[in-house]
Amino acid sequence: MIKFFLMVNKQGQTRLSKYYEHVEINKRTLLETEVIKSCLSRSNEQCSFIEFKDFKLVYRQYAALFIVVGVNDTENEMAIYEFIHNFVEVLDEYFSRVVNNV
Amino acid sequence: MPAVSKGDGMRGLAVFISDIRNCKSKEAEIKRINKELANIRSKFKGDKALDGYSKKKYVCKLLFIFLLGHDIDFGHMEAVNLLSSNKYTEKQIGYLFISVLVNSNSELIRLINNAIKNDLASRNPTFMCLALHCIANVGSREMGEAFAADIPRILVAGDSMDSVKQSAALCLLRLYKASPDLVPMGEWTARVVHLLNDQHMGVVTAAVSLITCLCKKNPDDFKTCISLAVSRLSRIVSSASTDLQDYTYYFVPAPWLSVKLLRLLQCYPPPEDAAVKGRLVECLETVLNKAQEPPKSKKVQHSNAKNAILFETISLIIHYDSEPNLLVRACNQLGQFLQHRETNLRYLALESMCTLASSEFSHEAVKTHIDTVINALKTERDVSVRQRAADLLYAMCDRSNAKQIVSEMLRYLETADYAIREEIVLKVAILAEKYAVDYSWYVDTILNLIRIAGDYVSEEVWYRVLQIVTNRDDVQGYAAKTVFEALQAPACHENMVKVGGYILGEFGNLIAGDPRSSPPVQFSLLHSKFHLCSVATRALLLSTYIKFINLFPETKATIQGVLRAGSQLRNADVELQQRAVEYLTLSSVASTDVLATVLEEMPPFPERESSILAKLKRKKGPGAGSALDDGRRDPSSNDINGGVEPTPSTVSTPSPSADLLGLRAAPPPAAPAAPSGAGNLLVDVFSDGPAPQPSLGPTPEEAFLSELEPPAPESPMALLADPAPVADPGPEDVGPPIPEADELLNKFVCKNNGVLFENQLLQIGVKSEFRQNLGRMYLFYGNKTSVQFQNFLPTVVHPGDLQTQLAVQTKRVAAQVDGGAQVQQVLNIECLRDFLTPPLLSVRFRYGGAPQSLTLKLPVTINKFFQPTEMAAQDFFQRWKQLSLPQQEAQKIFKANHPMDAEVTKAKLLGFGSALLDNVDPNPENFVGAGIIQTKALQVGCLLRLEPNAQAQMYRLTLRTSKEPVSRHLCELLAQQF
Repeated sequence: MIKFFLMVNKQGQTRLSKYYEHVEINKRTLLETEVIKSCLSRSNEQCSFIEFKDFKLVYRQYAALFIVVGVNDTENEMAIYEFIHNFVEVLDEYFSRVVNNV
Repeated sequence: MPAVSKGDGMRGLAVFISDIRNCKSKEAEIKRINKELANIRSKFKGDKALDGYSKKKYVCKLLFIFLLGHDIDFGHMEAVNLLSSNKYTEKQIGYLFISVLVNSNSELIRLINNAIKNDLASRNPTFMCLALHCIANVGSREMGEAFAADIPRILVAGDSMDSVKQSAALCLLRLYKASPDLVPMGEWTARVVHLLNDQHMGVVTAAVSLITCLCKKNPDDFKTCISLAVSRLSRIVSSASTDLQDYTYYFVPAPWLSVKLLRLLQCYPPPEDAAVKGRLVECLETVLNKAQEPPKSKKVQHSNAKNAILFETISLIIHYDSEPNLLVRACNQLGQFLQHRETNLRYLALESMCTLASSEFSHEAVKTHIDTVINALKTERDVSVRQRAADLLYAMCDRSNAKQIVSEMLRYLETADYAIREEIVLKVAILAEKYAVDYSWYVDTILNLIRIAGDYVSEEVWYRVLQIVTNRDDVQGYAAKTVFEALQAPACHENMVKVGGYILGEFGNLIAGDPRSSPPVQFSLLHSKFHLCSVATRALLLSTYIKFINLFPETKATIQGVLRAGSQLRNADVELQQRAVEYLTLSSVASTDVLATVLEEMPPFPERESSILAKLKRKKGPGAGSALDDGRRDPSSNDINGGVEPTPSTVSTPSPSADLLGLRAAPPPAAPAAPSGAGNLLVDVFSDGPAPQPSLGPTPEEAFLSELEPPAPESPMALLADPAPVADPGPEDVGPPIPEADELLNKFVCKNNGVLFENQLLQIGVKSEFRQNLGRMYLFYGNKTSVQFQNFLPTVVHPGDLQTQLAVQTKRVAAQVDGGAQVQQVLNIECLRDFLTPPLLSVRFRYGGAPQSLTLKLPVTINKFFQPTEMAAQDFFQRWKQLSLPQQEAQKIFKANHPMDAEVTKAKLLGFGSALLDNVDPNPENFVGAGIIQTKALQVGCLLRLEPNAQAQMYRLTLRTSKEPVSRHLCELLAQQF
């Protein structure tokens, strides 16, 4: 199950956030900071799945933009990973040049 | 795809946004916003009625201002007005504003709900969808109350458009997750399942999500979804890559829907219907086959989507755990991924394989990949992948590869990331203990652990090695030698000093014969570390020194000198000072004999669970140790890995995980008693002893066994009238005893101390002593978690008329039990008269907010009040004859559940409470016992005879007492023990 969907840039600014579980507004900021911190600290050689607290993060980086999805442990990481790409392709279809390298 | 047309944009909004973006400072931005807010306010308040377009534009601006982080306290009404517009764009902006800025103003809510209601009834699919999205986005309880009943209707209505059905399914899912009680189950549920057959793939996708969530609560209501899901899956899997048009993603047909269907199937066991199952197996095989086919596209998106389906398929195969062929194929597939160049695939393959390792069908197949996994542990650049590899090694470990795996993990430990070192240490410690073939290997491994990662070796680990060494005399000499050698390293970890100090203090004598490790050498080696150690370690070493004085009298003078030194006797630390003073005095005052008694070798530790495993579980959260306690157990491991108990009387537990539960140590339920008629058939089997003497007429009241009935009122009414302490809640307040309660009780029939109960949260230990008709019991409640228990309330309950038979006084204990802490409760017990059922112990508390309750049987059985009676053979037979009424005798013939060892049997009978009488029974194989059960009201004399038949592996047990129910009850109790 997807817990949340985030788009965060390299500077750590949240560009889009959507929560599918109730999280208090002030805790969201904290969570988003921690999430982006753990994504930024990873290199290209590392896998796209991070064990984070009691759930998992699946993330992809498009230029300076990170798309991070928080999922519980029954979720299929690969399906989410590819879903992010699908989402980006759809965005690109609507708005063009969403991120330069799509 | 609806394009966003530029012409539809609102110029005023665009200008405003670009103004804001051009602001050079925060102040300028605020100024611009305030100007705009004033403008909008005046427009909204103005006399002139605004047209829809203007309203929409201003509401948009307000929304933008809100999103920039400013408070908006007006405009809600205008937004609500937009909801009733007939123009899509206006309605959409209205809903957008409402969804983002929900206002709890009840008047507004009423208007909003009204507008939503109208839209839901409008039959205009776009409007219906907007309304459904709004309900889902807000998702509040109020929304649920207003609409939860309407949405199922829309969802299954024949005339709903696909897009509406899709939105309705997701909206319902959202409401159900938020407040399940609001969504009424009903006739619609059956029809929802049929949406799996829908033409429209979007509807199917939404419906699968909804059903997957709903069926978790009511699996039976949705059972029909299995066959529908299978046929849908089958159609997708076998379709050509272009059949599904929009739902084909890089030549993979409907990957996300396939994944969802496979996940839905994981909510259920394998299909019962053979045809459905056949079709499903075919699907799974097709997916596995496709993984081997050349890809239809070189794009990574293609293979990612394909692999997503493949991993979910493997999850389902593991979930079913019933198709060996598929399991092995899945394992081989994952094996290929282990060497894939994509890190993601390697990670996922290791993760999946971890669960495969616990299936008996694929365990061996997983083991074939050991070299690859070890290589991954060494070479992976990503710590999370290495972590998975370590987990997998742990899961695939068994007797055959334990040495290799443990040594690889030890090697990895030297370079492992700090974050996971402690976990690796725990895993190594557990594997080393669980699969130790010889204990010298175990000792070596643990000492290596301390050498390599001493800082990460927690107390549990080094305590455990001491327990095991203390309890196994075959390894003590080796352990002493090894720690002695280890301590010779110039720098050794403090944990090594602790282990070394303890072991040498206990078993240093075993290596003292070698001049290289003579007593003075041992002492000076230990003492050379003394000053570098912490207070706790120094305290431990002081104890070692006094033990040395006992073991090696020749070191006495040296050690006394050390103890006498000012740095010890006047140490600022109270503990050290006290030890030094007391030990010094002890060594000079006490005689050699006294010293030898006081400083005797430590007795074996009682049977205890491995606290290491508990710790690992705590670290990883519940279920984390599951790979270990998967139930695969090697029967041959009993003898050597049977925990730490050396006595054969306790059932050895085959693995630390079994130990942890503590429950398995209870004897299995006794074989059903042979029917009384069968007893005669077995007579010749057992008839080595004298046949029961014919009755010479009952004269029980003359014998000492007679019931010494006091004149006190005996009628239950009189006793009931006696106001009993009312502190305990009545039995109606407690739940029924847990299913294992009887087994747990049986463990305590012949012993008074031990662990009564244990689960992940709580451990209850018992210590008790009984004299005459009185008893005192100490209950120890240990909180195994790191979280405080609240409202902790253990109470003792007397079911039935036990109140008149047994008086139990309890003291209240503190209502809070801190994490890791133990509280003690004292129970004073008085046996008033004979009783059959034990009192119940009800424990209630709150853990992390959730109420926990547990009802156990308190280990107080009638035999606890036994007083052994010695008597000669002649007296015995006389009394035996006196108790010859048929109802005074109870007999049971039963199969032995434990090895028939005479010494063990003796110990059990003594533990049961009766005296054992030698030279009474002509057959020396038989056991004869006698005793009196002491109660306040009366005494019940008991005679017992146990006739083992080693050949048939059976026993015959005969009890004769002056009270019929007591005979039967004692017989039942005792028969469970052999």
